[in-house]
Amino acid sequence: MNQRSLLRAFYFLLKRDLIISFRRRSEAVNPLLFFVIVVTLFPLGIGAEPKLLTAMAPGVIWVAAMLAAMLSLDGIFRSDFEDGSLEQLLLSGHPVTILVLAKVTAHWLVTGLPLLMIAPVLAILLGLPSEGLQTLFLTLLLGTPVLSLVGAIGVALTVGLRRGGIIISLLVLPLYIPVLIFGSNAVQVAANGMPVTAQLSMLTALLALGLALAPLPTAAALKMSLS
Amino acid sequence: MARGANDFTADTNLNVIDLVCSRDDLVLFDGLNFSLNRGQILLVEGHNGSGKTTLLRTLCGIRTQDSGQVLWCGEAINELGPAYHQQMAYVGHHDGIKRDLTVLENLQLARALAKPGSCSVETILYRIKLNGYEDVQTLALSAGQRRRLALARLLVTDSRLWILDEPFTALDKAGIALFEELIASYVSEGGIVVLTSHHDLGISDVTMQRIRLN
Repeated sequence: MNQRSLLRAFYFLLKRDLIISFRRRSEAVNPLLFFVIVVTLFPLGIGAEPKLLTAMAPGVIWVAAMLAAMLSLDGIFRSDFEDGSLEQLLLSGHPVTILVLAKVTAHWLVTGLPLLMIAPVLAILLGLPSEGLQTLFLTLLLGTPVLSLVGAIGVALTVGLRRGGIIISLLVLPLYIPVLIFGSNAVQVAANGMPVTAQLSMLTALLALGLALAPLPTAAALKMSLS
Repeated sequence: MARGANDFTADTNLNVIDLVCSRDDLVLFDGLNFSLNRGQILLVEGHNGSGKTTLLRTLCGIRTQDSGQVLWCGEAINELGPAYHQQMAYVGHHDGIKRDLTVLENLQLARALAKPGSCSVETILYRIKLNGYEDVQTLALSAGQRRRLALARLLVTDSRLWILDEPFTALDKAGIALFEELIASYVSEGGIVVLTSHHDLGISDVTMQRIRLN
């Protein structure tokens, strides 16, 4: 099939997933609430020590974002697997990698983007200096799509298992470490008023790599899970 | 490199040579051979657990066989890949329908993902008697209506081969008759159908092969 029909398939699949998330918006909000609650637990647990909270803010927000992203991962392929849509997608005659990309994009728009919007507010809550806010936003903008892309590999591998939940976290969290390191480090450094070009470049590189490479193992794993 | 379906119209055929499939060390079938040309139906029979679904999934290319070959127009299906999938339509045990989408949205999606057929979505809804349900979310439909919708996917796309796993499950008598009629007309236009069914097919005037799996 030609490029136009592939674009059409990409667009329709993306639209489909967005419509479904919208119709199940009570479920879609959960990761966001989780993110907010985890971040607000820290001041409660540690106590109101502004200096400590400020120092911990980048790490706390990044780790919470990561856990929230991970919680929502299962939704990428699970329902499609269970109702048979997944086999239809694989048999559609389009490159599965592109279809995977459409589904991951939808997942990021539904779970990553809201996170991105609320994170600066939570950062202010924790007392992150204003110099760090822009960088926090940028690192999350570059980093959260990588979380969705890498997470999709884990979900694709475990979607055939009845209880994939805990295994996904074991598979995926270690792979999230590079994003966490560069993401939270950039925010820390920026909060101290220093340049963060290097960290942002690394995150951009990770995103480019993820976009180009992650759909390949995801597609292969989906085929494996179905057979 | 993807070929159009029309290249094959003259000599569309599905050949299975010495197919062997096993599941958990249990050989389901061994040395299976058959050949289907345009306008032919294959009815796969066998008791529960005899490997009917496995055979159909192997023919789709979802599952890989242990040995043997599945040839579509003389070429192995795993080498043809997407070029083969564009020409076949599969309805399995699961309907492959999104419950949160409406009837119309489901069909439009099926059409967008495959090679669109010549009939409009509205015409097809009318043919399968789901007209009037366009904007109903499919979770509100009955199991039989959902099955109709799943089978309607066959009609919105342009394919040369239908692979149907128990297509008549949950359908009422009128539904079964309707789809038998659709299968008959599809075959008379040169399509190939492979299906499993516990019902006896009410199609007599076409060449039908039967395979019994033990």
